[in-house]
Formats: sequence, C-alpha cells, structure tokens
Amino acid sequence: MFPRPFDYLRPTSVAEATRLLASHAEAKVLAGGHSLLPMMKLRLASPRVLIDIGRIPELTGIREENGMLIIGACTTHYAAESSPLLRRHCPLLAETAAAIGDVQVRNRGTIGGSLAHADPAADWPAAILAVEAQLKLVRRGAERLVPARDFFVDLLTTVMQSDELLTEIHVPVNPPRTGSAYLKVPQPASGFALTGVAAQVTLGPNNTLERVAVGITGVSSKPYRATATEQALQGQAATAEAVAQAATQATAGVEALADIHASAEYRLHLARVYTKRALLRAIERARG
Amino acid sequence: MHITVTVNGQTYTHDVEPRLLLVHYLRDVLRLTGTHVGCETSLCGACTVLMNGAAVKSCTVLAVQADGAEITTIEGLAKDGQLHPVQEGFWEEHGLQCGFCTPGMIMASYQLLQRNPNPSDAEIRHALEGNLCRCTGYQHIVNAVRYAAEKMRQSAPAASGT
Ligand SMILES: Cc1cc2nc3c(=O)[nH]c(=O)nc-3n(C[C@H](O)[C@H](O)[C@H](O)COP(=O)(O)OP(=O)(O)OC[C@H]3O[C@@H](n4cnc5c(N)ncnc54)[C@H](O)[C@@H]3O)c2cc1C
Ligand code: FES
Ligand code: FES
Repeated sequence: MFPRPFDYLRPTSVAEATRLLASHAEAKVLAGGHSLLPMMKLRLASPRVLIDIGRIPELTGIREENGMLIIGACTTHYAAESSPLLRRHCPLLAETAAAIGDVQVRNRGTIGGSLAHADPAADWPAAILAVEAQLKLVRRGAERLVPARDFFVDLLTTVMQSDELLTEIHVPVNPPRTGSAYLKVPQPASGFALTGVAAQVTLGPNNTLERVAVGITGVSSKPYRATATEQALQGQAATAEAVAQAATQATAGVEALADIHASAEYRLHLARVYTKRALLRAIERARG
Repeated sequence: MHITVTVNGQTYTHDVEPRLLLVHYLRDVLRLTGTHVGCETSLCGACTVLMNGAAVKSCTVLAVQADGAEITTIEGLAKDGQLHPVQEGFWEEHGLQCGFCTPGMIMASYQLLQRNPNPSDAEIRHALEGNLCRCTGYQHIVNAVRYAAEKMRQSAPAASGT
C-alpha cells in the first residue's frame, strides 16, 4: 500500500514554506504524517506536492514568554507529554498529549497537525478550547491570531486557508489555584476519543469557582465548549452537588455523531458523565 | 530524491521515489527483512523501528523523511553474536509464538527501557499499546520485558549518588 506519486519539498524556514504554499495550489503540508500518510495510502487524499515542515527549527519546541506558553506547531505529542514547562504551567496539555493513540503515534504526530486536521475524535481540540489558546496562522506576507473557539468550523474543517500555515499555539500560564483534567473514553481499536472532556477551573476565595472551562471532543462534528455547564458554575461554590447538576447541561443543544462504535445517545450520555468526572477531578487538583 | 540514512551503524545513500515508505526501503532496498509489515495501516506496530532513538511505525514514515536519520532495526540489536537483553527476555520468557509481531514488540520494548529502566507491569502494557500480538495474550511479553529490565539494570554501571 503506497500513495500516488507526488513531488516532495522540504523548506527550512516558515518564510520558505509559506512561499512554497502560495505558489503550489495543489500542495499539502506534511507534519508528522500520522493522519495524512494513512489517508494517502488509502488514496483518500492524493496531493500532487507535499511540503514537509518537519525540519523547520522555528516550528518545534515550547517556550515561555511574558506569561504565555508558545508551542511550536511541529511539537510532537510525546514532546508535549514530557515537557516540564507544560507540566508545571499548563498540565492539561501534557495530560491530553499522553492520552493520544500509542507511543509510536505520539513520537511522530504533532499538535499543529492534529489541530489543522480537525478530526472530530481528536484529543487536542478539547484541551485547546478549555485553555483558551490562540492559534497563529501565517501566510505569505500576513499573519493572524485566531482564538481556539473560532478555529474549528466542522468535520475536518477549520478557518485555515489552503495557503496558511499554523505555526504556533499560544496558551496562558495557569494562575494559582488552577486545576485541570482530561478524561477520555477511547475507541478500543484506534484509541481516538468516543468522548473526551477537558476541564480547567480556577478557585477564588472561599473555594468559589472563579473560572470554569470545559472543552468536549468526539461527540459532535466539531469540538465545543460546554457553555451552559460553565455558566451554571461560574461564581458558585465548588461542591459535588453543583457540579453534578451543571454537568447535566453539558450537551445542551448539541447534535451528536453516530457510528458503529457508539450511538448518538451513548455519546451524549458519556459527555455528561465525563464532564462531571473531569470537573470533580479538576477541582480536587485545584485545591492541591 | 537522494537520501542518506544510517541503518544499524552503516550509512547508505540511495535515490528513492518520494512515496517510498521507510519499511519498504528497509526491506526491499536494503534487504533488511527483520522488520515486518502487518496491517499496513499504522495500527499493528509490526513495522516498528527506532528513528533517532524514537520508536516509529515505519509503514507510516516516508523514506525521504528519514533522510539524515539514524535507524535501528531488529537486526541492529545483537552485538558480536550476543542477543540483546530484550531479545534474550523474549527467548527465555516465551514472549513469542508465531513471531510475526516480535521485531516490532522488541523495538518498542527497547525504547521503553531507554526511557524508563524500571517499568511497572502497567507501564509495560501502556508502552506496548501500539503493538498487537495475535498469539501470546501479552502476559509472556510483559514477563519478557520485565526480565530484560532486570538484566539491563544489573549490567548497568551502578548509579552513583542517587
Ligand atoms: C494508529 C493511530 C492512532 C491515533 N490515535 C489518535 C488518538 O487517540 N487521538 C488523536 O487525537 N489522534 C490520534 N491519531 C492521529 C494523530 O494524533 C496524528 O498525528 C494527528 O492527528 C495529525 O498530526 P500530524 O502531525 O501527524 O499531521 P499530518 O498527518 O502531517 O497532517 C494532517 C493534516 O494537517 C495539515 N497540517 C499539518 N500540520 C500543519 C500546519 N502546521 N499548518 C497547516 N496545516 C498543517 C496537513 O496538510 C494534513 O492535511 C492517531 C493516528 C494513528 C495513525
Ligand atoms: S504494518 Fe505498520 S503498523 Fe502495521
Ligand atoms: S507471536 Fe504471533 S503475533 Fe505475536
């Protein structure tokens, strides 16, 4: 099993990559290749040109700058999972990375590739929504920062244009008394999420919930924030009863996917149960 | 495209088609057939090799992506006719039956012990999630990795001051 023939280009800088993207209409970016190559082998995708961004130094690594974590798009899941910076300042991202696929997949797959691919069952989107990341998109001669909330459009579709490159993910460093959790029900064969819930909370005085964010993946055609649940908890005391009550609203207005692995009803049920569990664990961790 | 790849310590240069998969480069061009092709769809792990020290499914890596890389395959583990402790573990603990998954299992286990010299059974199973075995039921594979871990710890120079 091998892909249809293609030309292979390997730029060494973002400037060169965006120039190549602008001048090759039928090109696709290749990052870790762990979504794109399987699709090319099955001939579900047959790009004429591959632009391999895997060796662009600017695109790998995680750094801290003025209270923000800047994650290069080509940072692998494994590098994120084992990053001391992420573990200290935004452990939700390290926990989510560790939940992806298997170790071989995590060694190759990248955060940018996963977000750009926008598989509805991918893990990263839930966490990226919950930490309110911003995604830096660069095209020849222009760049923009898109909030995670506005990035996902539909199944395998984002706001990115075909000549745009996702270069960085910007994430605020957690304030004190913040706790988070990523909980997932994996599809047993592939490891992808039937449901994945990323919760992050910050506690205020008297253990009230100062900030609550819940990102949910796997359930519908695009990942979403459980806004009704968040609003019900905002400013409230962080009690198990309040969380259980609010979690029942985690699927309000959501149209669920259905396939041979799980019915729509089952996915909605999982989302509510896992929202409760993820929030309870996040609160427990915030208390320290 | 011209690529230069170091496989098991030996450097090769070849002109390859960009769509050639690393596993086919190893098997068909270099004739290193120890690395197996199982599912061809990134799921079974039979094709696992080390690329710059990291376990990868070589059916999901292009040979051109390995340009400049150091690859280790199952053929590269034994030294001077001495099996590597992980290989010895699979032998001693009956970690295989038909042996089809074994090269991939061993390379994934090798990486695990590089990253974590003293894994628990749960950690061993977690590290081998990307490798399927249709024969053993996995328990003997876990035993084999535990055997190797112990053997490698014994032969490693005693850690000082920790
Ligand atoms: C066996 C297996 C199990 C898996 N299990 C899971 C799982 O449990 N959870 C999960 O979330 N994922 C899972 N994955 C998917 C994996 O995480 C992929 O690595 C990821 O979805 C894509 O990242 P990549 O770097 O490999 O991207 P690629 O495959 O290289 O690219 C994917 C797409 O994104 C585009 N792209 C890539 N990078 C950029 C960029 N910087 N800018 C613009 N466009 C870009 C490409 O053009 C392509 O269209 C699994 C994959 C496999 C093979
Ligand atoms: S042959 Fe590569 S994962 Fe199965
Ligand atoms: S020994 Fe037969 S597949 Fe593992």
